[in-house]
Amino acid sequence: MPKYNVIDMERTDRIGRLIDALFDHMPEIEADRAVLLTESYQQTEGEPIITRRAKAFAHICKNIPITIRDEELIVGSATRTARGCQVFPEYSFDWLEAEFDTVETRSADPFHISEETKEKLRQTYKYWHGKTTSELATSYMAEETLQAMKHNIFTPGNYFYNGIGHVTVDYGKVLAIGYRGIIEEALAERAKYSFEHPEYGWRTHFLDAVILSCEAAITYAKRYAALAMELSGKTTDADRKRELLQIASNCTRVPEYGARTFWEACQSFWFIQMLLQVESSGHSISPGRFDQYMYPYYKADLEGGRISPAAAQELMDCIWVKLNDFNKVRDAASAEGFAGYSLFQNLIAGGQTPDGRDATNDLSFMCIQATKHVLLPMPSFSVRVWNGSPHEFLIKAAELTRTGVGLPAYYNDEVIIPALLNRGLTMEDARNYNIIGCVEPQAPGKTDGWHDAAFFNMCRPLELVMNSGADKSGTEADGAQIGPRTPDVTRMKTFDEFFDAYRTQTSYMLKLLVNADNAIDMAHAERCPLPFQSCMVEDCIGRGKSLQNGGAIYNFTGPQGFGIANMTDALWAIKTLVFEQKAITMAELKEAVDHNFGEDASDAMAEVLTTAEIRRMAESQKSISDSVIRETWRRHKSQGNTSEFQRARYRRIRAMIDALPKYGNDIDEVDCFAREVAYTYSRPLESFRNPRGGQYQAGLYPVSANVPLGAQTGATADGRLAFTPIADGVSPSAGKDTNGPTASCNSVSRLDHSIASNGTLFNMKFHPSALEGTAGLESFVALIRGYFDQKGSHVQFNVVSRDTLLDAQKHPEKYKSLVVRVAGYSALFTTLSKSLQDDIINRTEQAKF
Amino acid sequence: MGNETYSVRGRIFDIQKFSVHDGPGIRTIVFLKGCVLRCRWCCNPESQAWDIESMLQPDPSSPDRKIRKTIGCDTTVGEILQTVLQDKPYYRRSGGGVTLSGGESLCQPAFARALLTACRENGVNTAMETTLCAEWETVESLLSLVDTFLVDIKHMDSEKHRTFTTQPNETILANARALAARGAHMIVRVPVIPTFNDTPAELHAIASFAYEELGLEEMHILPYHKLGYDKYVGLGREYPMGDLPSPDKARMELLRNVCASTGITCHIGG
Repeated sequence: MPKYNVIDMERTDRIGRLIDALFDHMPEIEADRAVLLTESYQQTEGEPIITRRAKAFAHICKNIPITIRDEELIVGSATRTARGCQVFPEYSFDWLEAEFDTVETRSADPFHISEETKEKLRQTYKYWHGKTTSELATSYMAEETLQAMKHNIFTPGNYFYNGIGHVTVDYGKVLAIGYRGIIEEALAERAKYSFEHPEYGWRTHFLDAVILSCEAAITYAKRYAALAMELSGKTTDADRKRELLQIASNCTRVPEYGARTFWEACQSFWFIQMLLQVESSGHSISPGRFDQYMYPYYKADLEGGRISPAAAQELMDCIWVKLNDFNKVRDAASAEGFAGYSLFQNLIAGGQTPDGRDATNDLSFMCIQATKHVLLPMPSFSVRVWNGSPHEFLIKAAELTRTGVGLPAYYNDEVIIPALLNRGLTMEDARNYNIIGCVEPQAPGKTDGWHDAAFFNMCRPLELVMNSGADKSGTEADGAQIGPRTPDVTRMKTFDEFFDAYRTQTSYMLKLLVNADNAIDMAHAERCPLPFQSCMVEDCIGRGKSLQNGGAIYNFTGPQGFGIANMTDALWAIKTLVFEQKAITMAELKEAVDHNFGEDASDAMAEVLTTAEIRRMAESQKSISDSVIRETWRRHKSQGNTSEFQRARYRRIRAMIDALPKYGNDIDEVDCFAREVAYTYSRPLESFRNPRGGQYQAGLYPVSANVPLGAQTGATADGRLAFTPIADGVSPSAGKDTNGPTASCNSVSRLDHSIASNGTLFNMKFHPSALEGTAGLESFVALIRGYFDQKGSHVQFNVVSRDTLLDAQKHPEKYKSLVVRVAGYSALFTTLSKSLQDDIINRTEQAKF
Repeated sequence: MGNETYSVRGRIFDIQKFSVHDGPGIRTIVFLKGCVLRCRWCCNPESQAWDIESMLQPDPSSPDRKIRKTIGCDTTVGEILQTVLQDKPYYRRSGGGVTLSGGESLCQPAFARALLTACRENGVNTAMETTLCAEWETVESLLSLVDTFLVDIKHMDSEKHRTFTTQPNETILANARALAARGAHMIVRVPVIPTFNDTPAELHAIASFAYEELGLEEMHILPYHKLGYDKYVGLGREYPMGDLPSPDKARMELLRNVCASTGITCHIGG
């Protein structure tokens, strides 16, 4: 008998209709949460912040409108309309107010907002001036930090303007003992503190806030029980009536008490998952190892004859659909960096148990099946691969990859577990890892990882080196001295001198990045501690403090660097052409780079640059006439007075750079150099600490920021033209890896993936024909295995033909449900901005199977 | 193994990694230059001549422009092996390895022998795609070094074979029989060419030969395609096949069933 019961189950009609209902209108912004939050805050002025947070959460849970959508089996919706979003003014609000009239028409992630909502939000916003985390964080930052951010060296935008999220709570614990169990635990803990304890006030208030938050969750579920009961009385459909009565029974039982059936466990899971996203606006609230903590309930029901695999599959499918019901409105710039309405709820299957055995079970397969049934961006579905992973599991995963949905992402236990051990996790915790958000590994239920703390554009320090620390390229080029005054590059004698200057600029900017992140960290601890989230992460209750105050067992801050491929190729070009072959001088190279290798800027870019320059002129009170504007535009568009002769010279230099070997082609020397370049980012970070008592750790992935941040970056010495996208993650530059997939894999595996323990991201694109037939799947799995044998950490795939994507750009109406892999997540292709779509199309397609 | 094996020189025109259609698993194909046959449909015309040639092809960085590319280079077993070994992790995971293709490896027997020996000694599985159009002694000299022979049998009628490939088929068939008698692992591959061998009767004859006479278990039929057309233009040669359509899916399916009716397992494609 086969070890796993793998049935290729049909999708039920209900799931199809639930999916259709998700997409029948544009996502909408709703005001209820903001209004209730503000009401509560106005009543609790002057009380301890942790108490105010709990009271606000309770007020929201008690009063926010609830709805059960048609045919749902798992209930609980954060908004009245599907895919709607609530807003979170306690973090920041002015950007949304400024975008009230454009948010519906902007290119990335548009939202509908009614006039009534606008008015309600305007009223609440009056309260929030001077009270948000972002305002407090700004005041904690050094002047130099703000300057560097203004010049786009890095952006901590995510947590600067929003909640943190990026956590996997202990779902299993709530499934087992319910919030009643957690309340009892908190009460027991509270009883331990005698009056003379030095932190009696802080800790008891925290525990009281936990208790109040858990009661709020129970109240919220009971409201659903009542609503289901009410609806069951109104329906004439006998089947639906039975379902609603069962839903009412489920919501009465969970999440207050432990789940007794698989259905109750699914419902309990859902309340946890959604209420976390009502308490704060952090994204990447990741379900993690669903196949592990849900399995006992499935197994017991199956053995007790209470459920069939098909019925369990439908319940899981319902959860998968609901994970797409959430939404989040971000500011226009952040929306470009996180494009595709993504909430990055990462769910992972397979891998090892804490004691090191293979963890794959029937639910692992059913997770793949559910993803195949819904073919939607959420959950961000991942699989863990280790030397003992069953082959049939990987083949089933490859079948999902073949659908073109961009899921799952594949993770390598053999790299990630040692990397986590190196960061101080115990063996059991490391083996139990899951993935947060895009690609960030951590121990579930024990970690506050701050995994997506900032984007650091590795190209910008190189631009600073070229100008001795002054910003003279990119969109904010005003000549300001923002970095250290490194020596004049045209006088440098050796490549080591140059590389040292690059290290100096990077290290300095990293200190500013840490300054920014720590300022934000402190602001969240002070203004937005989260008692509900904290009660499900060890050891907040034991320590009597919130996650934001350092209550977790493991604390990290993980900012992302990107542009490895560009910097490798650029530094390699400088090393080879200028210092070794002496084919060109540094002055010649600098001139060519400054002139965008003789190529014109696009009209759109010339406009951005002109606007920025005119804005600066206006700020410094210079007179601006039409002719000044025209002249500025012409200069930005066409390289000023550059002659054809000069242009030809710059183009020749670019051709020389193009002819050099590039990262991504299995050239040992170049790839090992890439490893060194990555260290300039990842090594210094390890030495920094955050206010929660944790360590910094590097990630090497871009979400989708490589496109908008590339649009702020001048030409680079790898031949990349100004304002074009930067390479994504650790992937080779688009179109530069020309030796096939095994060569790219070998190159990428030469980076040190263990030190970038906040995750690395490798995108590959395949033509669908590459995965045809059993042989195609087998080869595909062997490719992943071979890459992982060499210590690659992560890989994900887009399996959509170029023609399909081009056609989808032309006829978006025909491709409403086309899902593609963006970075550490999948998104609906037609919801992405044109430039991000182009970036995906231009990634090298590996079709030579 | 002595250094002399690694320093044996030969002439190749390409190395292609991550091929999954020419032998088991993930493979690296080494294309040797020079061939005895001149098949009209050949999709690698640059493989045929022994001489190093130049061919016009689109510039990868600006597809509207043409650049002249030199086809063929003399290299050593050692250099090729270095490239081949880069993908060893994938061979290990997939049961793949190296495939010698061409041109025709049997035209450079000493080189092929050294290359196969070097692969064997480095634990790399070997396959050879061949026309078998050579002296038996030449074939025999490689016999023990090849894990899988991918043997092209194009037609059972010698005269028709000669018309379309310039060579009769007696030697080929005799070598195939001899290989089978020695227990070599062989897969017969048939390019399905309209106007030449695309009838059920012609395919059936080949399949019967493979199954009954050679005792083989597996054959592949490969639909004719025109992908080589640009290469003929680039070499300044006329495309001998004119404007023939490729056999469609239904046709290939029909022919597959005809072959399978003999008892052999027949796949479309590699």
